[in-house]
Amino acid sequence: MHGGASISRIISRCIIRILPLFFLSCHESGSQPVEITFWAMGAEGEHIKSLLPQFERLNPGIRVKVQAIPWGAAHEKLLTAFAGNSTPDLCQLGNTWIPEFQALDALYPLDSLIAGSEVIHPQAFFEGIWNTNMINGRVLGIPWYVDTRVLFYRKDVLEALGYPRPPQTWAEWLEISQKIKAAAANGETRYANFFSLIYNDWQVPAILMMSNGGRLLRDNYCYGAFDEPANREALKFYLDFFREGLAPRTMTEFVNIYQGFASATFAMTITGPWNVNEIRKRSPEIAGKWSTAPMPRALNRNSVAGGASLVIFKNSPYPGAAWRFIEFLATAETQVEFFRITRDLPAVRRAWEAPELRNDPEARAFFQQLEAVQPTPPIPEWEQIAVKIQEHLEKAVYGQATLDEAIAQLNRDVDRILEKRRWLISNHLITSVE
Amino acid sequence: MNKNLYTPFFFLAPALATLLIFFFLPVGAALLMSLTDFDIYALGNMDRARFILFGNYLRALSDPLFWKALFNTGYFVLVGGPLTILVSLAAAIALNSKLLRFKKFFRLAFFMPVITTLVAVAVVWRYMYHPRFGIFNYLLSFFNLGPVDWLGSSAWAMPSLILLAVWKNFGYNMMIFLAGLQAIPDSLYEAARIDGANWWQQHLHVTIPQLAPTTVFVTVITIIGYFQFFAEPYVMTQGGPVNSTLSIVLYLYQQGFRWWQMGYSSAIAFVLFFILVILALLQSAIQKRYQEAL
Repeated sequence: MHGGASISRIISRCIIRILPLFFLSCHESGSQPVEITFWAMGAEGEHIKSLLPQFERLNPGIRVKVQAIPWGAAHEKLLTAFAGNSTPDLCQLGNTWIPEFQALDALYPLDSLIAGSEVIHPQAFFEGIWNTNMINGRVLGIPWYVDTRVLFYRKDVLEALGYPRPPQTWAEWLEISQKIKAAAANGETRYANFFSLIYNDWQVPAILMMSNGGRLLRDNYCYGAFDEPANREALKFYLDFFREGLAPRTMTEFVNIYQGFASATFAMTITGPWNVNEIRKRSPEIAGKWSTAPMPRALNRNSVAGGASLVIFKNSPYPGAAWRFIEFLATAETQVEFFRITRDLPAVRRAWEAPELRNDPEARAFFQQLEAVQPTPPIPEWEQIAVKIQEHLEKAVYGQATLDEAIAQLNRDVDRILEKRRWLISNHLITSVE
Repeated sequence: MNKNLYTPFFFLAPALATLLIFFFLPVGAALLMSLTDFDIYALGNMDRARFILFGNYLRALSDPLFWKALFNTGYFVLVGGPLTILVSLAAAIALNSKLLRFKKFFRLAFFMPVITTLVAVAVVWRYMYHPRFGIFNYLLSFFNLGPVDWLGSSAWAMPSLILLAVWKNFGYNMMIFLAGLQAIPDSLYEAARIDGANWWQQHLHVTIPQLAPTTVFVTVITIIGYFQFFAEPYVMTQGGPVNSTLSIVLYLYQQGFRWWQMGYSSAIAFVLFFILVILALLQSAIQKRYQEAL
């Protein structure tokens, strides 16, 4: 009896002591830190978590909840979230997706925040990359990390043929390619270049058109302009690599590009920054025998501006807190640290002064190239159009269509895709870009 | 009187409500959507959608990719369907034979692909199809044939996917055939043997007619399943090379979820639906006539 009474007394005491804690915590939530949700994709979504403690120490009032989303599902998930009114506060967006979310009117314009910021100045970023975040003169995203395509080449193969430096112009590029093919021993399959033809790989032809001074779309991005002379010339230059056997149509001769590059089955390719580390890791035997270089020059040496930006969604209740986090991620110090974790190239130019970036010859080419990058057309239909470029050129590469047929079909398909856009503009349902 | 009329509906209500909410409403919404040009612009603001009546259907008729996808799907169904049925019938007869040992092992082995995830299977098959290091080309090299670029050439990509689909799916049909075979009374074979029928004649005149209802069922299931050909090209080829493995469902998925052309995508889905309805009607007509003949 006595024991029972004491137990109930203990329990009631516990309740008396614990109960106020609930009220206390409820009461405190008013002044408790605000929690912002941040959707990040792929590897970034995992790696960003290690930077959070530092941010939360500097900003005790803000908690960041990171949700990692696989790249493959990201686009669909974001659109579904928009339709269901459950977008996060802050999100990482591929910079070709910004026009799409701009068309949805889902993004918070950042101009006034930039004007009042002590950390973020447009000049601190690569100009071409910054421009991918500007639509109709308004800034909708802040570059987080950058991506572009450069020339990867085998130094030893080129040196053996008497070329101590990578091709600087298109003419030189073609000349070297022909020499590589001619130098192949009997019975040996040697290609000069490798251009990926898989679905989605539209970058190489697009870069060639850009650097030949071509515009991809005309009349306020309402019609395809692929039949214009600069574009036609660039596409012919591209196709001739396949027609003359200077680039393979299929990957029959090698398992993957790393093995093909290591065995010098091809000596040059155009690809992105992630392959610098992949080649180092997978083909250590060719260390020192290869490097990277900015694109060979036609009219200019522009490449395509890629990468990911940080955006705030319009219906976020805490744009201010989200902006603080963007500011934190955009400081040169954080950018360097993020580079160390992910190897993603920093968007802030001052971050490139860090020794591991300054002294890395392969990264150097990217820095030079990033000063000459050009955004793809800032319209939501762009990715759809890009796939069409690849689709029709693939037919020409395989000889199922002539170049002019491919161009005509491409223009027709692109004009059809843009029909909606023309209708929207003529009825003033969207603001036109130019 | 009234009470009697309402009682069945009362009991049917849960099922009817489920059907209504999860089937008829979405299908109705999709039908409506297929009459508009609903796209990414319209998602943000419904003013930007146009009611275009049969525009999407007409667009499909003049879209070479749609026809290409329809052709590819037809190719897959017409070649892959009969092949799957023949292989599963052969496997079922073999497994039903009294001479075979380790039946349970083979049954499990043949059924294994059916229950394995296609994505996992695809990884292995991609290696097997590799032009230089894959086992298929290795085997061909003994006969001085090849190498064939299985998934990389537009001529071979579809046959390669058909082979994969047959291997992946025949086990399921085989089980159904096996059940059908076991239902055939031994006395029929006995009678045939007394009449002097050999192995081949026994199967031709006893097994095949006795299996007719099972075959009709298997054919319907296989054809309907194969018309929805999607996962194989989605994981193996993404519809390439040069769209030679683009199927109807893959095409409508790309239009809908990659480009958010929901209107057009719904229209394609309805075209596929009508094709399947016609096939099902045809099938039931054949079956009815067949049963009358019996």
